[in-house]
Amino acid sequence: MDLLVAVTLFVMAVFLGVELITKVPPTLHTPLMSGSNAISGITIVGALVAAGADHRTFTTVLGFAAVTLAMINVVGGFLVTHRMLHMFRPKRRRDSPAGDGRGEVAGES
Amino acid sequence: MDDWTTLGYLAAAVLFILGLKRLSRPRTAVRGNQFGATGMLIAVVVTLADNSILSFEWIVGGLVLGAAVGAVLAVRVQMTGMPELVALFNGFGGGASVLVAAASYVEASDLDTATARLSAAAALASIIGALTFTGSLIAFGKLQESLRWSGFPGMRIVSVTGAAAAVVFGILMVVDASNPLWLWLLVAVGAVLGVLVVSPIGGADMPVVIALLNSLSGMAAVAAGFVLDNSLLIIAGSLVGASGLILTQIMCVAMNRSLPAVMFSPAPSGAGGPSADDVYAGKVRSTSADDVAMLLESAERVAVVPGYGLAVAQAQHAVRDLARRLEERGTEVVFGIHPVAGRMPGHMNVLLAEAEISYEKLIEMDDINPTFEQTDVTIVLGANDVVNPVARTDPSSPIAGMPILDVDKSGVVVVIKRSLSPGFAGIPNPLFAADNSMMLFGDGREAVVNITKALQQI
Repeated sequence: MDLLVAVTLFVMAVFLGVELITKVPPTLHTPLMSGSNAISGITIVGALVAAGADHRTFTTVLGFAAVTLAMINVVGGFLVTHRMLHMFRPKRRRDSPAGDGRGEVAGES
Repeated sequence: MDDWTTLGYLAAAVLFILGLKRLSRPRTAVRGNQFGATGMLIAVVVTLADNSILSFEWIVGGLVLGAAVGAVLAVRVQMTGMPELVALFNGFGGGASVLVAAASYVEASDLDTATARLSAAAALASIIGALTFTGSLIAFGKLQESLRWSGFPGMRIVSVTGAAAAVVFGILMVVDASNPLWLWLLVAVGAVLGVLVVSPIGGADMPVVIALLNSLSGMAAVAAGFVLDNSLLIIAGSLVGASGLILTQIMCVAMNRSLPAVMFSPAPSGAGGPSADDVYAGKVRSTSADDVAMLLESAERVAVVPGYGLAVAQAQHAVRDLARRLEERGTEVVFGIHPVAGRMPGHMNVLLAEAEISYEKLIEMDDINPTFEQTDVTIVLGANDVVNPVARTDPSSPIAGMPILDVDKSGVVVVIKRSLSPGFAGIPNPLFAADNSMMLFGDGREAVVNITKALQQI
């Protein structure tokens, strides 16, 4: 990819990100943060390439560590965001404290 | 990279954008998050299917291990521990970007294929990623309150020297790609800088730091994208970088402090202002749960203003019970949320949502402020600086000009607090001594439970 094309992509994506995020209400700031954090785990794509390139053991180990860290970020990030957002859903008439049976309401006493 | 991979990456990028768009409304947010997760799955699958992957043993091991750890952390965490977890995940994202950039740079160095562009991008990814990694770990420790260290004298000189050294190592990486030593030195400097920059920051400034680290974890992914020449990393990383920056700015505005002030000047101190004795002596009225219940019994509109103390006392469920009891009696109950209440953006909203309090009752500062005059009783629960009227009245105060919740304008203010100790700004709060306010000393959860009980007996 041409360097200027890459820079253009970067600048456009930043503007798009600003437009998208400015509209998020404060109520959702924490889930937004953990959700976007999970998206920053996209670096897993690079980690997979590094771990699978078979260049030499050292780079493979670096890649393995990168895959592990990025995967914690991705899986943990999306899951915890789901848990949080689930609590924000408008309540239906049947008011079951245990959510929909996924055991997601932690600390409920 | 073949065309299918490129198309897969495009699909993932579109899903990320649609996902973030849907995250802006509670009704669509769950779906938005699922869009993001789907985009990530597509990105991983097309990468694995691409023929640049030669061996899978290590990959599978990393995927399984990471998924297991991530899932356990996500399922186990309590809502009060959310700021710590987000800080930790930020750090892991930054750490992964460093490792990716390092692996690429070492490989290019071995094969003598490092271009100036690859080296420069690897240098950026190393410094940003390493700083994000250690900075996030320090933030994690501070939020857990297991880490109280806030640096040493002359730390700023060390930081500036470190930043200068980082520039030198970065240039050396570009000039002499044959030796990965410069890369590792740069990573080390970044790691030290992360510790030095985040350590002095604490308390009420944490939301700014977490938002900033969030942004940096995205920027580290962008830099890794430039290293690998990967459009998806650049797009997704930029979206996150922009999102973190906006949140950082919102938090700074809500505290009336600039980002450099938060990062580089010590926490404001109460020196010079009126002393606690001057403000409080003989004027503070202490009350009991029974008296508060009597007040609430005759109130038509009650506002609850939570702060970090709500999280510490785990009082969200107790507050929910009190609110329900009041609503059964026909009292209107609303919650006033200051943008920097708690330790991360939106912290209070998550806690109250956990207690199944409808988000429609959580009112933003600008919307609730004009209504305090029609509010009979306001309960301040574990908040201090964000309700300190000094911000409006005393231009020499460290919090002068900070937007606050005007709780002092309501009929009666009940402040539930352990003691008269100052908040993060270190200054006394005249609200506690005001004619229309009274203090209910004690643990937040216990106090609220006692009020609810007393209310039932009326």
